[in-house]
Amino acid sequence: MKLKQEQVAQAQKVSGYNYGYLDEQTKRMIRRALLKAVAIPGYQVPFGGREMPMPYGWGTGGVQVTAAIIGLTDTLKVIDQGADDTTNAVSIREFFKSVADASTTEKTLDASIIQTRHRIPEVTLKKGQILVYQVPIPEPLRFIEPRETETRKMHALREYGIMHVKLYEDVARFGHIAISYGYPVFVNGRYIMDPSPIPKFDNPKMDNMAALQLFGAGREKRIYAIPPFTNVKSLDFDDYPFEVQEWDQACAICGAEDTFLDEVVMDDNGNHMFVCSDTDYCGERQQKQELVVQENEQ
Amino acid sequence: MYVAVKGGEKAIRCAHQLQAKKRRGDISLDELSVAQIEQQLTGSVDRVMTEGGIYDSELAALAIKQAGGDLVEAIFLLRAYRTTLSRLAVSEPINTSEMRIERRISATYKDLPGGQVLGPTYDYTHRLLDFALLAEGEAVQAPSADEAMETCPQVMGILEHLDFMQQELDNEQAPEDITMNPVNYPCDRSARLQNLVRGDEGFLLALGYSTQRGYGRNHPFVGEIRTGHCALSIVPEELGFEIDIGEVELTECQMVNGFVGSKTEKAKLTRGYGLTFGSTERKAMSMALVDRSLQAHEYDEAVDGPAQDEEFVLSHSDNVEAAGFVSHLKLPHYVDFQSELELLRKMHKEHEQQTQGKSS
Repeated sequence: MKLKQEQVAQAQKVSGYNYGYLDEQTKRMIRRALLKAVAIPGYQVPFGGREMPMPYGWGTGGVQVTAAIIGLTDTLKVIDQGADDTTNAVSIREFFKSVADASTTEKTLDASIIQTRHRIPEVTLKKGQILVYQVPIPEPLRFIEPRETETRKMHALREYGIMHVKLYEDVARFGHIAISYGYPVFVNGRYIMDPSPIPKFDNPKMDNMAALQLFGAGREKRIYAIPPFTNVKSLDFDDYPFEVQEWDQACAICGAEDTFLDEVVMDDNGNHMFVCSDTDYCGERQQKQELVVQENEQ
Repeated sequence: MYVAVKGGEKAIRCAHQLQAKKRRGDISLDELSVAQIEQQLTGSVDRVMTEGGIYDSELAALAIKQAGGDLVEAIFLLRAYRTTLSRLAVSEPINTSEMRIERRISATYKDLPGGQVLGPTYDYTHRLLDFALLAEGEAVQAPSADEAMETCPQVMGILEHLDFMQQELDNEQAPEDITMNPVNYPCDRSARLQNLVRGDEGFLLALGYSTQRGYGRNHPFVGEIRTGHCALSIVPEELGFEIDIGEVELTECQMVNGFVGSKTEKAKLTRGYGLTFGSTERKAMSMALVDRSLQAHEYDEAVDGPAQDEEFVLSHSDNVEAAGFVSHLKLPHYVDFQSELELLRKMHKEHEQQTQGKSS
């Protein structure tokens, strides 16, 4: 027993904790919740969320899901705002390196598990990949009806009129459905689901995605899922169809015209430029362009 | 040419080092030992143990040291450790009537069996800064009791015996455990009480206070507050009988509250219950006030104050959850913000087109 503990401790660089931080019983509990979530796409499964060594609201739900599914053969990528090098993505990646001895990557297509906050990568994900979302508020009806006891009934009865009224009020007041991120979706023709605060630009990628999508909300203790090739529709009206964000400019670094762009402020006068929010996608494009330039020079 | 910001890893490492330096303070002064904190800052240690959900004064003191005295941070540290521990056994219910009393007071009876035992308290301290403490090396003299304390019967028992008090009966069900299962609203009292024990002292204090000021008033009297040590026992499966495994220091507060009754039922007083680790009387009292106000539904009382609203109180009482979600606002939200700006720009453009159309 003691020897085994020592071996594990060496493998994971941190002593006193189980592989993947969580104990095996907790992992099993989370896996059961995940199986239920996959079986009922878009339904929020309550689970016994644990305290994690990072604060609630900083990805504890996603971290618990990843900790429950990660194994020695997995390759993990962690992004926040689309980027691998944002501090919290770095911190979560380091966490799994130390407690799960995880191999990590920044290449979207090399990863078997991608944990994300606020973005879906630009490249189309493949079959066999798993996208783990960090979710702050899993309940799409929360800001219309704060009570869990009420929203639970609404989901059970598929009573979603209140959501359409909210969207209609937006149109009446602003001339648009004024939701630019965390845009609600209808999953598999049954549940309205919060896609986590991804920009609505990313919503169409969820529809019929080949990869498995898992959502973890640690503080709110809910897990939900979209199995591969599931119908995911962004809510809209016939005369006000759903549309995604557009920019007049292309990425100032790689020239991409079809990506979500971050705005970088250049000076005090509000002059700005736009660059890809997906750092891996932008980097890959730059590398290809450099190769083309080199070939032309030769 | 713009270069994307890199170097999160190095920045985080440096931030950790800077924080460690800040925590240590002036290195020409002696380092604070965990034992000193455990012995001399018991007010902090007891709170951290109670809200951290684990009775271990050494670990609580370590957490306080590591957190540089930030108690909510220390509670978080302890919780994140506690959650990884395996459950070896579940103790038998503690009998607080057999508490080894250190302090015991009642506000409902002038004198009562077991007597009023003031014990250590700040209650009658004039809050004047004691500048003598600036100079170190004080030796404290404490009185010792003339006679050994006997176990005190509970005030609630006396009231129950007189048939004035609503009886609280064992429902013979295993209590809920909110650390293993998510709270499902409406929830039972065991889940509520567990949530309140772990709940933030300041939040519960404010909620309890709000009931005193009329937002869900429930006429409280302190029936009894007692602080002292209780024996903790377990029944190991292989033995089949109870064995004592140690003692825990507890503070228990039982509030006597306004009565309920009807034409057909005898009027009875009701109660609120508070229990905490160590001597944390303010928290125990706050908990008892809120426990009673959350029984509004059971007694068919109108729910018109926030302290009576179960879902509101329980889902916002935990300071680890609350501090986490508030602090997460510091994380980057570039993508969401950019999405909002894009929508705003679009709306501005349309506005300009409309106003130009009107003026031309």
